[in-house]
Formats: sequence, C-alpha cells, structure tokens
Amino acid sequence: MIEARSLQKSFGKVTAVRDVSLRANDGRITGLLGPNGAGKSTTLRILYTVLRPDGGDAVIDGVSVTGNPLEARRHIGVLSHGAGIYPNLTARENILYFGALYGLSRQERERRTTQLIELLEMGEFADRPAKGFSQGQRIKAALARAIIHRPRNVLLDEPTNGLDVMAVRALRRLLTRLKEEGHCLLFSSHVMQEVAALCDEVIVIAHGTVVATGTPENIRVQTGESSLEDAFVRLIGTGEGLG
Amino acid sequence: MSSILIVFIKEFRENLRDRRTLLSALILGPLLGPLLFALALSLNIEQGAAKSDRPVPLAVSHTDRAPNLLDFLHQYGVEVKPIDVEDVGARSAIREHRETLVLLIPERFGARLDSGEPSPLALYADSSDPSNGRNLTRVRVLLEQYGVLISRLRIQARGVDPLVLSPIVVQDVDVSTPAGRSVLILGTLSYLMLLTMLMGGMYLAIDTTAGERERGSLEALLTVPVRRQDLIYGKIFATCTYMMISLSLTVIAFALVLRHVGLERLGMSVNFGPLVALKVVLFVVPLVPLGAALMTIVAAFTRSYREAQTYLGLVLLVPTLPLVFASTLGLRPTLGLMAVPSLSQHFLITSLLRDEPVSALFVTVSVVVTLTVGGALMMLAGRLYDREALLG
Repeated sequence: MIEARSLQKSFGKVTAVRDVSLRANDGRITGLLGPNGAGKSTTLRILYTVLRPDGGDAVIDGVSVTGNPLEARRHIGVLSHGAGIYPNLTARENILYFGALYGLSRQERERRTTQLIELLEMGEFADRPAKGFSQGQRIKAALARAIIHRPRNVLLDEPTNGLDVMAVRALRRLLTRLKEEGHCLLFSSHVMQEVAALCDEVIVIAHGTVVATGTPENIRVQTGESSLEDAFVRLIGTGEGLG
Repeated sequence: MSSILIVFIKEFRENLRDRRTLLSALILGPLLGPLLFALALSLNIEQGAAKSDRPVPLAVSHTDRAPNLLDFLHQYGVEVKPIDVEDVGARSAIREHRETLVLLIPERFGARLDSGEPSPLALYADSSDPSNGRNLTRVRVLLEQYGVLISRLRIQARGVDPLVLSPIVVQDVDVSTPAGRSVLILGTLSYLMLLTMLMGGMYLAIDTTAGERERGSLEALLTVPVRRQDLIYGKIFATCTYMMISLSLTVIAFALVLRHVGLERLGMSVNFGPLVALKVVLFVVPLVPLGAALMTIVAAFTRSYREAQTYLGLVLLVPTLPLVFASTLGLRPTLGLMAVPSLSQHFLITSLLRDEPVSALFVTVSVVVTLTVGGALMMLAGRLYDREALLG
C-alpha cells in the first residue's frame, strides 16, 4: 500500500508538485491521470525514492520514503519512463543484474528470471542482446527486471508509451494478473482510455495538485459529465493540452 | 556478494561487448601508440644514419678549370658530375629538378687564384627544398674549408705560421650519457603511456554515467536498495580495471617494440627489460583511481554522451600538463615535485628507463600522494551521486 501526504517538490522556480496526497491500495490498480507537465512523473519519482520531496512524506507498506529510502525500495518495483535497459546485455542478463542488486541468491534469481521470461512470453528474445529490441520487448524486459524481487507495490511511469496494440493488451493482462495476486499497482498516464479500461481507482492531477479521486464512474458522476473524457477536460481546466 | 562487486562485474562484462570500448582500451591505444612511435623513431634513425654516409651529388660545369678543387671535393665524399652549362642553364637545371646542386666555375678561376685575387664560385641550389639543406650545407662547408686551406698555404709560403689565423679554437665537450640523450624520446614515451592509460577508461567513464542516464537506465538503477555511492564505486572500479589493462598492454607493447628499434645507433640506450616494465606498471598504477574518479566526475555532470566525450577529451590533457611544464622548464625530480600526480609518475618512468637509481622516498611520496588524491576524488564522486542534479 502506498500513501502520500502533502507532497511538494520544486525545481528552481518551477513548482512541479504543489500538494499531492494519495492512496493506492493492495489488490487495486490505481491510475495517476493528468496532462503533460501536471506533476505525475515527479510524484512517482518521489514515491520511488529517486527524488526527495521538499515537503510532505510518503509511506510504502509502513516505510517512509524520506526516512528510510533504502528499505522502502525493497517494497517497490519500478518501471521508469522510457524503460531504459542495457543494450549490450541480453534480456535475461538485464533481469539477473537487478536480481543480484536486490540481494537475491544466484539460484533464486535464476529461477525467478526463467519464470518471468515465461510469464511475459519473452522466450523468443530473452537471450538476445537488448540492442535490437522493439519498444514492446524493452518494456517487457524492464518490467520483468522491476518485479524480479516480488515487490508488493509496482509503480509504472507511462508504461504504454510507444507500444502497439498487441503489446498494450499483453501489458494489461499482466497488470490485471498482478492485481489478482494482491499487488498494489500505481501507474501514470495521460491517455484517458487507458485509465478507464484498466483502473479501479483514478487520481486526476493538474498543476501539481490532486483535483479528483475515485472510480472512473465516480469521477464522471461528480463532474456531471456524460463521458470520462469530458469529465477529465472539465477537471483540468480548459486550454490545457492533453498531449 | 557486495553491491559494489555486482556493479563492477556487470560493467566490466557489458563493456567487454562494446566494440568502441574494446577498440580504444585494448587495441588502438596500447598497440597503435607504440607501433607509430617505433615507426617514427626508426625512420628517424634510418634517415640520420643514411644521410651522413651517402655521397653528395654535385653537378659541376667547366671541371677543367679547377682540377685541384675537384680532387679535394672528391676526397670528402662529393660525387662530381660534369655538365656543360652557364648561368642560365644552371638556373633552369635546378628549377626543372634535373640537378639539386650546380657549381659553376668561372673563367680565369685558376689565374685569379694564382695572382691572389678572390675567386668567385657560383653555387646554385633551391633553398626552399628541405631535402636539399643538408647537402647544400655540406658542399658550402667543404668549399670554405678549401679556401681556408689555400689561405694557410699562402701564409706559410710568406713565412708566417698559419696558426696565427686561428686565435680561438672551440672544443665541444659532450658529457651526456647515451641514455641521457634520449630524454626527449623518453618524455614522449611516458606521455604516451599516461595518455593511453586514461584513454583505456574514458569510454567506460562516459558509458557508466552520462551514457546510462541518456539510455534511461539510471533511473531504474537508482530504485534498487543499494547506496548510491556503492553504485558509483562499482562503476569506478570497472573503469580502473580497463585502465590497468590498457596500461599493462601499452607498457608491454613499448618494451617489445623498442627492442627492435636501433636506439643505440642514435647513441641512446633504453633499459626496458621485463623487470623494468613491471616496475613502470607498478609506479603508474596509483594514478589509475585518480584518473578514473576524475573522468567519472566530469562525465557525471555532462548532459549527454557527446558532451561527455568533448569534456573528457579535455580532461585527458589535464594529467599530461605537468609533463609539458617539466620538459619545457627542464625540471628535475625533487621531493616537492614528487607530490604532483602524473608528474611524479613521469619522473619515475624516465628514471627507470635511464637506468638511474630510484629513491625509495621519492617512490613513497609519489604513491602515497597520488593514492590520497585519487581516494578523495572517489569520495567526491560518491557524494555527487547522492545529488538529484545527477539525474538531469
């Protein structure tokens, strides 16, 4: 479970996150929805301990990200923006490397890697250098790498970016499966349909603050709009591009 | 297994598969440098040796007008080729590259000599042709010597001791030892070794910092439960390893190659056996962590791979600066200078190769100071990795 309270973060004069409080529960998929530049990525980066908040705190399974970032990291798996993996290593080696960094024994990380390669249907390219991977193959490898240590919480920054329809569907199936296993999933997106199709819970962010929370249906009703898209546009204010 | 070791192994292995790293760390630097160096050196030696022995070709017009002069020239290794031209013909022969040197003996040459009048001799050459300079100088010196010879004979004939014409005799006393004479060459040698060593780690330093950020893998790496310093230490150690391999290879290559270059023919001897090679590596190795940490710090602050390449190109020059100062100022090793990293290694290398005794105190100062500075830079790199600015 992830719980954030009054997160704030500025870069120089630019305030990226003004005041974000949120909660993502186990066994649920929570979507962080907002236009480009709304503060989604910054919020996620604070949650996965790469950035320190200027104010506020977040707690992951009871561990504070500011108080004990090293311990908090053990409870999360992260698919960062762009899913960068090492081009000269094979997919399998990429995954094994992170397994080692998470402190898994050799036997354990090898077993777990083989298991993930099967689960994510990566068999065909698992032992090829990542250099020539498609975006879909890269994301699969990065995702396997992120959950090698069986984290309870999985954070994904725009995971569907650059994926074709088939890859998006495969990703959805996987996220749903993780949810059914009781994981807490939090992902950011600026694509409404994406969020509507997958999320149990939606958090809409604009200008660095949370403007609405609830189930997709809930949010639609709250704003009195007929579709989620209209509700979204209404929430973030007019004149804001959706990218 | 410690996290530092995990990062180290991964970086070492991954870069072993990178053609660019391999090429610069293990092939281009260590092998090409010594080979080019040897080639340039042996060409230099060949030319120097060959030129002094080779007869000087000289075309002479009207050979019949000065038989004694021609005998004299012949004696001193001038190959006289008789031709029949006057001023215009001599000029065009040079201009059209039919001849390189033409000596024109004027009419009444002998008669003027006999009567004690100065006798002009016209020597035609193209002074802008560099290959010609040596021969031109040689012929001119010989002609002047011939003039001196005649003047001495004339003085003697008038009953005066010819020694009065030489009030001063300059004697050149060269006290340099054969090995000492090779100082410029040895300076270049140590410069190339240090440069190659740095180059060996350059691509790794970039790849593990700016490269990793540009690929987007840094963000994910920073989410693992490992202290950020440990990540950067692992990366720096991998860079160090490549630098050490590069250094060892280049020293071995130099030791092998210099054997086949006839340095003795230039009057130099270089003492570069296996034991000396081992000592060279041992004395230079303390500089490895310093170089690796310095390059990593600079690369970590750049925005992209390309930018990092540009800045590291400059960093490569920093450790070589003291060498330039040392050779232009003619510095000799002192205890104070042994505390300057890279300069102290340069002094130690040259002393070893010149077969001079190496003071244990000097070695200790060099090693301790260099390692301390290197350690401090590594800690600084660790600190910097804790800053968010690093993510760019």
